[in-house]
This record gives sequence, C-alpha cells and structure tokens, in this order.
Amino acid sequence: MRHRRAPLGLGLPALIALAFLTLPLLALLAKVPWRRFGDILVESATVEVLVLSVGSAAVSTLLCLLLGAPLAWVLAHARPATRRILRTLVTLPMIVPPVVGGVALLAAYGRRGVAGAPVYELFGVSLPFTTAAVVVAQTFVALPFCVLAIEGALRGIDPEYADSAAVQGAGRFQVFRYITLPLAAPGVVAGATLGFARALGEFGATLTFAGSFPGVTRTAPLAIYQALDSDPALAYGLSAILLLVSAAVLLSLRDSWWPR
Amino acid sequence: MRLLSTSLCLVLSAGVAAGCSGGDEETVTVLAAASLTDVFDDLTSVYEDEHPGTTVKLSYGGSPELVQQVVEGSPADVLATASPTTMDTVTKEGLTDGEPEVFATNSPVIVVPKDNPGKVSRLSDLAKDDLTIALCAPEVPCGAVAQESANRADLKLAPDTEENNVRSVLAKVAAGEADAGIVYVTDVTDEVKSIDIPDPAITEYPIAVLKKASPGAKDWVDLVTGDKGQRALKDAGFGAT
Repeated sequence: MRHRRAPLGLGLPALIALAFLTLPLLALLAKVPWRRFGDILVESATVEVLVLSVGSAAVSTLLCLLLGAPLAWVLAHARPATRRILRTLVTLPMIVPPVVGGVALLAAYGRRGVAGAPVYELFGVSLPFTTAAVVVAQTFVALPFCVLAIEGALRGIDPEYADSAAVQGAGRFQVFRYITLPLAAPGVVAGATLGFARALGEFGATLTFAGSFPGVTRTAPLAIYQALDSDPALAYGLSAILLLVSAAVLLSLRDSWWPR
Repeated sequence: MRLLSTSLCLVLSAGVAAGCSGGDEETVTVLAAASLTDVFDDLTSVYEDEHPGTTVKLSYGGSPELVQQVVEGSPADVLATASPTTMDTVTKEGLTDGEPEVFATNSPVIVVPKDNPGKVSRLSDLAKDDLTIALCAPEVPCGAVAQESANRADLKLAPDTEENNVRSVLAKVAAGEADAGIVYVTDVTDEVKSIDIPDPAITEYPIAVLKKASPGAKDWVDLVTGDKGQRALKDAGFGAT
C-alpha cells in the first residue's frame, strides 16, 4: 500500500487511540523512581527475577519453535475444513483468560490432574511449583503466536518453488530444508519473537499453575504483583524494565511480523 | 455534567458502584482480609436487613493488597485487615476516620489434603524439602504469623510457593497440589484436615472507617464490633476481643 496522509476525520480518532494505548505506559515510566532505578536493576533479587524470566521464556520459545513449526506446516497444508478446526484449537489458549489457562493446566498436569496423577503415582514427580511448570505455562500461552505467525509465512510461499524443486529431483526433506525453511524464515523469526515476548509477560497461568516462589517460579510479572503490595517503587522499576525489554524485542521485528 | 456522571456510573457500576449512589440508595464498600470472607458474607445479610435501602459491597484479598488499593484511592468505606502492621500503613497516611479498632484474633494451623499424602503430623514436617508446602508470602499477615510460629519452634520452613492471600494457600492444599500449608484456624473447611501448631503466634484484626466514608460505614463497624458480630466471629472460630 502506498503511503498517504490520513484524512482529518480518521486522523483524530487514530490519534486518540494511539494516546489511549501509550499514555498509561508513559505514565508508568513517569512514576518509576529513576534515582533508585540503578539500585533496583543491580539488586540480587532483581537479577534473580530477570534471569528466571528471560531464561524460562527462552526455553519456552525454543519449545514453541520445535513443536510449533511442525504444527504450522500441518495447518498450512490441511484441507480448509480441517484447518478451521485446527486453527480454532490453536488460537484458543491465546484468547482464554490466562487464569483459565492455569486452571486448565492444573486439571491436566497437576498432581491430581488427568495426566499428572498417573505420573505422580508412578514416579513421584509433580509439575506444579517447579521452574518446569513456569516453562509449561509460558509455552501454553506463547505457542499459538508461533504457530500462527509461521503458518502465515508458510502459506505465503508460492507452491511453484517446491514443485519445480521436486520436479528436478529434490526429496521431501530437501525441499523443506532448502526451499520452504529459508522462505519461511522471516515468519519463523517473527513467531519466535512474539512467542518470547508473550512468554516473558505471562502472569495468570504461571501464578495459578506454578505458584510463586523466589528463584524458582517467581518471574518478573509475579514479582511485580508481589512488590506492588510491599514495595511499590520496586514494582514500578521492574515494570519499566519489562516494558523496555518487550519494546526492544518488538522493535527488533521491524516489518516482518505481520503480513506487509 | 450530571448526565455524564450518571451515565458513567451506569457504565462503570459493575466495578465501582460506590460513589455513584444518589437518592435513597446507599452503598457501603467494605474491603476485608480474605480470611474474613465467610463471616462478613453472613454479616452482610444481617446488615442489609437492619438497613433497608443500603447495599454492602465486599471485596476480599490479601491485607497488603487491600491496603495498596486504599492508598491508591480505591473508593472504599471500611477496611478490615488481618494484622495491625498492614493497617498502620493506612493510618500513617491519614486515610482512616478515627482510630482502628481490634475486633478479632486468629491463629495459624497446619492444613493437609484429606488423605494427607505427605504424612504430615507436626510443624517440623513443614521444614522438609521433599514435601510441597504452600504458605502465604511473608508480607501477608498469614505468612507473617506462620513465620513467627516457626521461629518460636526454632524451625526453618521450606515453602514451594508464597501466595498472596490465605485463601490461595487453602485452595492449593484442598486441590491436593500441596502436601501442607499454613492457614488460619478459621479457614479450615471440610476439604482439608487440620493439625494444631503448639504455641502459635496470634494475629489481631483491626477495622477502621475510611476518610469520606458513606454514613453507613460506622454502622457496619458497630455491627462487627457489637454483640451480633462478635458472636458470628466466635462461631467461625475467631478469638473475640
């Protein structure tokens, strides 16, 4: 689409919408105790929280790619009717309230959960209250972002490329490795980045499914929630850090994330 | 402007009905520690019977969370917390109308799932690393009381999660996800089994009318501190004052 100036009738509501979205975030930055910011940033508790948050989000992102790319491929190549059902299932975790996601995860993988109970009976292993549970909660909410972004990229690829490669003798795997994957790369990167940002921000499912314990399950959003009651300045400082990290992550995407 | 504020109130009434009440209708908004849920729910119907036309809106949560809401200007008329320390924050900010009054006491108790999978029998079991333990965060009164009780017994508790209010701890134990937790004696339900803590620390519950409260707020405090309220608290297992 060519760039053109918005008509005045659109410009004003657009401006209001933009202000509505950005004002709270700017207000947050204004309330951050910047003089204490340096101290907050180097405090061992903050470092612990950030390491846990970024680390678990990175593992979640990796899982999202490993599991999400194949699912995206299946989605992209499914018949329309099947695709509609699959896409609904994939998108649901993205839409349901995070706390519902947490309750659902407990129902499935909790110690008394459908899948969790037998595992606990047999091996004495239970998932809730562990860092692994944080990763599970984050992956649950981030995976749809990865799948949908990668699926979009895969469906944008002209099938002719793969066909002509196949005609010239390329095997299925070779086609995937040398044609499909490079062409879908921007979508994969976008999916991973969005998934990472979503995992980093996960709160409700984590609190419900993984609990909150310093160094084990208390990620940045949980630490902010906790600090809001006891040390608001710390809550604002941590919020600012998370906001800046998320903004940096999204900025790094440039134009490749949604359809151009 | 009147029209605007009325329609705003209509739009927002689901969340923040207080402050919108005009005419005969009066709303008393009470913020209360999560452990008071059952008693205050019961007292609400008593209050509303005695004060026709007045609606009581209750919001429960961890005491620090409620204190934070009051400090941030949440439109509330009465605040009841589970410890004097949390209430002090509000008093120091000059947000109460008069001195808070202690109306009940409570003590911590160990709770385990009905089938007690962790075979917990005494407080020292909560120091075991291989058991899954849910406690209130130390900032929340139920966490502070648990901590102090452990200190008295010279124990270092080994929690796996620190929840923001006592009902979350109870929920995690009742669901069987945690082997044990510490809640107030008044929180114990049929879904869990309780085990006494010898020489437990006791917490006091203060209640206060907040600045610019609606006129019915004082009546609510009188109800809670009066005979009916004290009897209800005692029936629920609180220590009366």
